[in-house]
Amino acid sequence: MVTARSAGLVGCPNCGRVHDVPAPGRCQRCGWRLPGHAPDRSLQRVWAWLLAGLVVYIPANIYPMLRTNTFGRTTESTILEGVVDLIHHGSYGVALVVFVASIVIPIGKFFAIAYLAISVERREMMQVHARHRLFEVVEFIGRWSMIDVFVVAILAALVQLDFAATINPGIAAISFALSVAFTMLSAQSFDPKTIWLDGDMRPR
Amino acid sequence: MSDQVHTSETSRSAATPPGHFPPVEDLVACPTCDALYQLPDVPKGARARCLRCHTVLTAPRDGAMTRIVMLAGTSVILMLAAIFFPFLELTAAGITQRSSIMDVVLVFADGPFVGLAIAVGALIVILPLARFLALIYVLAPMAFGWRPARVAVPVFRLAERMKPWSMAEIFIVGVAVALIKVAGLAHLSLGPAFWAFVALVLITAVKDTFMCRLTIWKTLEQRSQW
Repeated sequence: MVTARSAGLVGCPNCGRVHDVPAPGRCQRCGWRLPGHAPDRSLQRVWAWLLAGLVVYIPANIYPMLRTNTFGRTTESTILEGVVDLIHHGSYGVALVVFVASIVIPIGKFFAIAYLAISVERREMMQVHARHRLFEVVEFIGRWSMIDVFVVAILAALVQLDFAATINPGIAAISFALSVAFTMLSAQSFDPKTIWLDGDMRPR
Repeated sequence: MSDQVHTSETSRSAATPPGHFPPVEDLVACPTCDALYQLPDVPKGARARCLRCHTVLTAPRDGAMTRIVMLAGTSVILMLAAIFFPFLELTAAGITQRSSIMDVVLVFADGPFVGLAIAVGALIVILPLARFLALIYVLAPMAFGWRPARVAVPVFRLAERMKPWSMAEIFIVGVAVALIKVAGLAHLSLGPAFWAFVALVLITAVKDTFMCRLTIWKTLEQRSQW
């Protein structure tokens, strides 16, 4: 299989238009920045966003996500406590959704992106097709972590019943939203072509 | 509908002299893995995938541009309805609380949560709405067979960039989770805006099946040269 790069051409990473070398700085069809001019810093960006996401993920788990006030009594709950509450109410399905979206996906994503970035530098690791599949999953699933932020927003908007019950957002909502955004940016900075660079040339 | 056209590889390689090979305009490099193809005219309703990484290269559909414009227009109207009509109604201890999507955005609007208010507003209202309007701006002139609008290229690029950040469908799942969380605390009922929002999410999903990026980019390029 021939790639644009091995044929001495430059393919646009956005729209697929092929350019002769020397390629212009931007794609002639869609205006996307073409690779090959400035030194490629995409991996540095991946690591920088990933680290930022990891740093803000820590307060997201320590500080309260929700502050619930019922009849003058205030309870605060972190992400994990929110999941435990749902289990106590007997809604196991929803508890699972929140647990997966707020804990499994973010942590899995940190490992997956770090693994992909490391495997670009050392090529002998997992197979290319498997790595490509992993990247697709990370890109597709990362946004769904935002569920918990929306849950907090909806609850806080709805439950403002004066003395009977009020729910307010906690500081963790901010850091959790930032963490999701930063890891999304990290995944978007990753260039999937580096998976294929000099790997398997055979069709699947 | 979904029978795949496996595209033929080009015989172009670095070692062979240029000249005998198709001009770059006829080639497509897979945006994901850079594999090079000479794409034949893919029939309407078929799909061409990259042999190596299985990314969909092109999937033209009959009358796609007109349909996307119509569906995007519908989505704009539904979004406007979803913003201003009551979204959820909650009754507890004799008090009734109605909230619209605007309220959901504005809960965060004081103190340290201003940034979060802006972010939530952007993710569930502004970015989806901006994306619908951008698609109408880019595709409506082309659906009529006219020249593309003046800044159609950067606007379409922006619409593509906004796609992962418009989270209307995730918001719906968030609503479902929130409903179950307060179910023990209070009585809840869904307002018209909730259903408008659900319809909007479904229409967006249908619209995205008509989106063939390669066809749109190619058409933009050809028509710009008129």
